[in-house]
Amino acid sequence: MAVSAKAQIGTKSGSRFWRAPLLQSLPLRISVLVICFLWTLPTAGLLVTSFRNPQLITKTGWWEGLVNAFQPDQWTLQNYANVLSGDNMATAFLNSLIVTIPSTVIPITIAAFAAYAFAWIPFPGRGPLFIVVVALLVVPLQMALIPILKIYSGASLYGTFLGIWLAHTAFGLPLAIFLLYNFMSQLPRDLFESASIDGASAFQTFIRLVLPLSIPALGAFAIFQFLWVWNDLLVALVFLGPGKDVQVMPTALYNMIGPRGGAWHLLTAGAFLTMIVPLGVFLALQRAFVRGILAGSVK
Amino acid sequence: MALDRTQATDSGAYGTPRWVLVASLIGLVFAALGITVLIDPHGGQNLLAGLYDMLGNSSGAEALRNGQGDQFIAKLLLAVIALLVGVGGIWLLFTGASTIVERFSPKLRDRVIPWVFIAPAVLLLTIFLVYPAVGTVISSFFDPKGAFTLNNWTSLAKGEFLEILRNNVIWLVVATAGSVGLGLLVAALFDRIRRESLAKVFIFTPLAISLVGATVIWKFVYAVQPPSQPQFGLLNAIWTAFGNKPVAWATTFPINLPAEMLIMIWLQTGFAMVVLSAAIKGVSVEVLEAARLDGAGERQIFFGIIIPLIRGSIVTVTTTIAIATLKIFDVVFSVSGGLNHDNVVAVRMFQEMFQFFNDGRAAALATVLFIAVLPVMVLNLRNFRRQAAM
Repeated sequence: MAVSAKAQIGTKSGSRFWRAPLLQSLPLRISVLVICFLWTLPTAGLLVTSFRNPQLITKTGWWEGLVNAFQPDQWTLQNYANVLSGDNMATAFLNSLIVTIPSTVIPITIAAFAAYAFAWIPFPGRGPLFIVVVALLVVPLQMALIPILKIYSGASLYGTFLGIWLAHTAFGLPLAIFLLYNFMSQLPRDLFESASIDGASAFQTFIRLVLPLSIPALGAFAIFQFLWVWNDLLVALVFLGPGKDVQVMPTALYNMIGPRGGAWHLLTAGAFLTMIVPLGVFLALQRAFVRGILAGSVK
Repeated sequence: MALDRTQATDSGAYGTPRWVLVASLIGLVFAALGITVLIDPHGGQNLLAGLYDMLGNSSGAEALRNGQGDQFIAKLLLAVIALLVGVGGIWLLFTGASTIVERFSPKLRDRVIPWVFIAPAVLLLTIFLVYPAVGTVISSFFDPKGAFTLNNWTSLAKGEFLEILRNNVIWLVVATAGSVGLGLLVAALFDRIRRESLAKVFIFTPLAISLVGATVIWKFVYAVQPPSQPQFGLLNAIWTAFGNKPVAWATTFPINLPAEMLIMIWLQTGFAMVVLSAAIKGVSVEVLEAARLDGAGERQIFFGIIIPLIRGSIVTVTTTIAIATLKIFDVVFSVSGGLNHDNVVAVRMFQEMFQFFNDGRAAALATVLFIAVLPVMVLNLRNFRRQAAM
């Protein structure tokens, strides 16, 4: 909360620090390089291994694979083909999309309407209700699992996409309402006055004014929630269960770890498959991602 | 950015046109039909089979109903329906309800409309968070047969549960301090180089990765082979190169605790770095230059000026990471399921639910997590009250 969402990474730092001549700043440069190298090394190992010939993976380290990169039988795409067909990763990929997209859009929509009402439409009980939202911000979702599971098995929502949408929506709502409220309450008052003079209804004001103006906040939360839901294991395990026809990618990957601890050629390929979408989202929308992180640092 | 005047007067004071209402009501009927397909475990297959029947492809329909045939196409069909229902349904719901309410008398309309806007949120929060939280606290006092008991709570002070609680405290302290400390270090170092934003990408890309994926990445780093065989795990390859015996980093207590915590630190450092770096950039250049003119060294400036000035951000980052760490589940669950004296509260809770079928104990464990975040909740509420103008 203390951080302004406008703060950016990567601004030119110009005169903020005294700049040493090249020779003196060499230790700094080297340590930065070393840190970046170390941070990337584990992922690089996974990526390289996923393309290696399964027979070689357990015989030599992946770094030796890089040294002998031109050895004829070093590389293969077969690991990916196997994991997509044999381990239901293709189905899990679709399931992840089915779970994640509505689980992102539904809470944003519900939260946007609610945040607008909380920020701009007076109604009895507004203050106390919002206090409840703030209080719910940090409640661990573990507190909700058992009773909801009981409701779900009664209402045959267990193992259904509708069930997990509702769960993810509810768990994401407090943060979504809070962030969007913070943003929307900063919109200028004149805007709403002129809209009401023009005879716009509350709904029209929301659709035509509030929503377009709130795109930065909506986008930031969307990325936050998308990554959270896509990467989630616990909620998926509890409400969708381990069934092969509904399992999402993290569940599928987890199921591969258990019985096949040694099948590194499949495990590495599977792990990389689960990362493609979030990494793509991340690289494409880096700025909004950072804004989301900065704004979302209360959860 | 004023409201477009011509558009506003078109549909103006009389609200949204009637066709919007009709369209959204029809849409909602379809959404309801879509939900019945989604709730049916074989909804996708049955729907596609029905389509095949209509098209005269009865053998394809038969195969689908028997769990064979074009399963993947059925899944795609289900995906399309799911997206239409999930994304479209929620918008139709709000549009339909608002359009209906706009037709009420002005006085009634103004009173009802805010409730139309907040009702879905309030309903979901009540059903999915408030009611379950209360229910969880209550059921922590009951045994599986439904009799009142304090056992769920008293047993937490014994043996394996003591170990679990100890591990959570270690996680909370070490993983949080590690992430925040490294994040601060990286933010301060990177602030002084030219290709800063590029360097940062390396550190915070892991944030996009799931904890299960991160665990696979690191399990591969920690992989161990018998001493006679080549070590393909990076850490053991380095370790044995110095003449040591290979170590099963991920499964040997107590080294597995730091090994697992490193996964979380590797992931969360990027988060700390992003927030703290933004805060460091918020420190005004004038302050720094004044200090430099007074002869302060770079180290003095960092500890004496920058850190006190960004204290608020450090607190925010620390509480955020601490809450995430407290609930740590994926890492421990995927490394070994907490079999090697490395179990934590969230994993044990899951095991109580699905392996031991002891919901009372699971509820007590969840409540432990809740009690641990209570101070943060109080802090949030106090901060909010201070700023609130409501």
